Amino acid sequence: MSIELHCPAPLSRHETIQMAHGAGGMMSRELTRSIFLPCFKNSLLDVMDDQAKISLDSGKVAFTTDTFVVTPVFFPGGDIGDLAVNGTVNDLAVGGATPLYLSAGFVIEEGFSMPDLQRIVKSMAAAAEKAGVKIVTGDTKVVEKGQCDGMFINTSGIGVIREGLDISCANLKPGDSVLVSGSLGDHGMAVMTAREGLSFQSVITSDTAPLNGLISAILDGVPHVHAMRDPTRGGLAASLNEFAEASGVGIVLNEETLPVKPDVLGACELLGIDPLNVANEGKVVVVVPEEMSKDVLEIIRENADVAGQHAAIIGKVVDDHPGMVVIKTPLGSRRILEMPLGEQLPRIC
Amino acid sequence: MKYIDEYRNPERAKRILEKIKDSVTRPWTIMEICGGQTHSIIRNGIDQLLPDTVRLIHGPGCPVCVTPLETLDRALSIAARPGVILASFGDMLRVPGSGKDLLQARSEGADIRVVFSSLEALNIARENPQNEVVFLAVGFETTAPGNAMAVKQAAREGLRNFSELVSQFLVPPAMRAILSSEKKIVEGFLAAGHVCTITGYEEYEPIADAYHVPIVPTGFEPVDILSGILRVVTMLESGESGVCNEYGRVVSREGNQAARKTVDEVFEVTDRQWRGIGVIPLSGLQLRGNYSLFDAEKKFDVVHIQPEESSLCRSGEVLQGMITPAQCAAFGKECSPLNPLGAPMVSGEGACAAYYKYHKRA
Repeated sequence: MSIELHCPAPLSRHETIQMAHGAGGMMSRELTRSIFLPCFKNSLLDVMDDQAKISLDSGKVAFTTDTFVVTPVFFPGGDIGDLAVNGTVNDLAVGGATPLYLSAGFVIEEGFSMPDLQRIVKSMAAAAEKAGVKIVTGDTKVVEKGQCDGMFINTSGIGVIREGLDISCANLKPGDSVLVSGSLGDHGMAVMTAREGLSFQSVITSDTAPLNGLISAILDGVPHVHAMRDPTRGGLAASLNEFAEASGVGIVLNEETLPVKPDVLGACELLGIDPLNVANEGKVVVVVPEEMSKDVLEIIRENADVAGQHAAIIGKVVDDHPGMVVIKTPLGSRRILEMPLGEQLPRIC
Repeated sequence: MKYIDEYRNPERAKRILEKIKDSVTRPWTIMEICGGQTHSIIRNGIDQLLPDTVRLIHGPGCPVCVTPLETLDRALSIAARPGVILASFGDMLRVPGSGKDLLQARSEGADIRVVFSSLEALNIARENPQNEVVFLAVGFETTAPGNAMAVKQAAREGLRNFSELVSQFLVPPAMRAILSSEKKIVEGFLAAGHVCTITGYEEYEPIADAYHVPIVPTGFEPVDILSGILRVVTMLESGESGVCNEYGRVVSREGNQAARKTVDEVFEVTDRQWRGIGVIPLSGLQLRGNYSLFDAEKKFDVVHIQPEESSLCRSGEVLQGMITPAQCAAFGKECSPLNPLGAPMVSGEGACAAYYKYHKRA
């Protein structure tokens, strides 16, 4: 007789995570059965072997991993759970792969709230469903109080790459157009304002979202994409500097066309942070031959839900100043957009 | 943001720029005092758009840049002690002390927290009665009211575990020092808009008279800055001196009286060491005697810490407008944002970092 498990599941009888939940015994099994299996439910996971056995269509496989540490674990617009799924889905998608299967590894601090864990796992399940991927294997470790900040999640993912693509950060050609699929800096500022308890008139929400649907639509319409990246940590500045360096070309951006929402810009200016250095979790930068840029823009606007309304052609690839990204200001002057240094430290005044 | 947009309007900025070009008949050198203005000038490329005859030099108004090495070494010494929580504005964390910076100290286990105001540090003290909470109280007249208020509030509540490591600076004595220097480089000033919001501009009138210079309180948006420059240039061209307010939407002659009163109540004027420049008489603030319980220098007995500066770094000359960052031999070589030798390479407001970031890499 099999027990039909479904999400939401009955809560575990424990209110908080204990060391024994990661020790591999009865309590580990209880945690898996009460929280993880009902939410992630799929035939590959439900076998409960030490590994998931999967078959893939022939062709090239993309494989990626990312670890998610975010404080607070819940923030406006999302939580560490959907972030962990979307992050890995997006890393696969920007390589031209169709994301298929994910693993999920949890490091949880002793004393973490069980209802919060369930909320996070549900949010992972919802994100996986939205992105059309399955979480097929996982692991949980519990560490003593103080050894981790609430919870860390690692996700790895595999996907199958479409044929006939040549997408790489080294593929930029002078004359190409640079596009972004929506407004910049939303995720980083949502987390920062939530972490610091800063309140503004409007709440800044994270843009965490899966990009595979949008990217698939772009590649259906315009297979000749030269480069694609989701500008997460380091923001647009990091992604474009990496592109310019890898391809040995220059990039010129039009400051007026850079989409930054007024509330995000306001928060950035208050804190002395450049929105171009701030993380995004549901945006893609696309570099295509100029003659296809309008088509790509149209596809983004049709396929990226509400976010797509801010999509824009923001600049072009040039022969000049190889390895460097330059911004043209509305006044007609120019400045260099540097690779960000590291941690974003707010300015004094 | 609509209100701000008006001061970012490119057409309006271009019109003022044309007027500047039309008014200039000979070379002029103007100093913008505030690091926030330097940041905006470089970010918007205003220096590239000005006629060659108008030279801007970046003043000493970046708190991160002028906070002396001794304050950092004292902060590092205090932060290393058990039970101490050091609270600081974010960009102080990367300023090099003699041996390391606060980021490195944090990675070695010191409890160092980034706060946005002194009142936030005060909250940390309330929530952690078993810890000593020390706020690194740096800045100009702009941060002084908040930092004074935190001490006043701590005294009112009897919060004995809160103290401030004070390194507060005053703008007018620095302007006098610059105008008294042998090389008379600076011919007019854009006074710092935020500072004047607090202090007003009365205090600048005797300086303008004594040294016969135009001093123009100026804001931070491109239109603000260009209007300030146009006003200084017009005054210079007609041989006028005096104070002329171009930041009237925020700055009044008397400033914010309540803020000034709080500052006077808690702080008193003292000689202060400026990093790279040296001691300027009566150019800083320290806690008054009746608030000495909240003075971290006394509480932690760190006054004897008096380190020596690196000889390679010429930030002092940069801060006084004697050289541009690119004229320093270490610029972009031994010294970069990843490995700053001097404080102006650290903060986004610092002249060297601003140059490096937006402008002229060596």
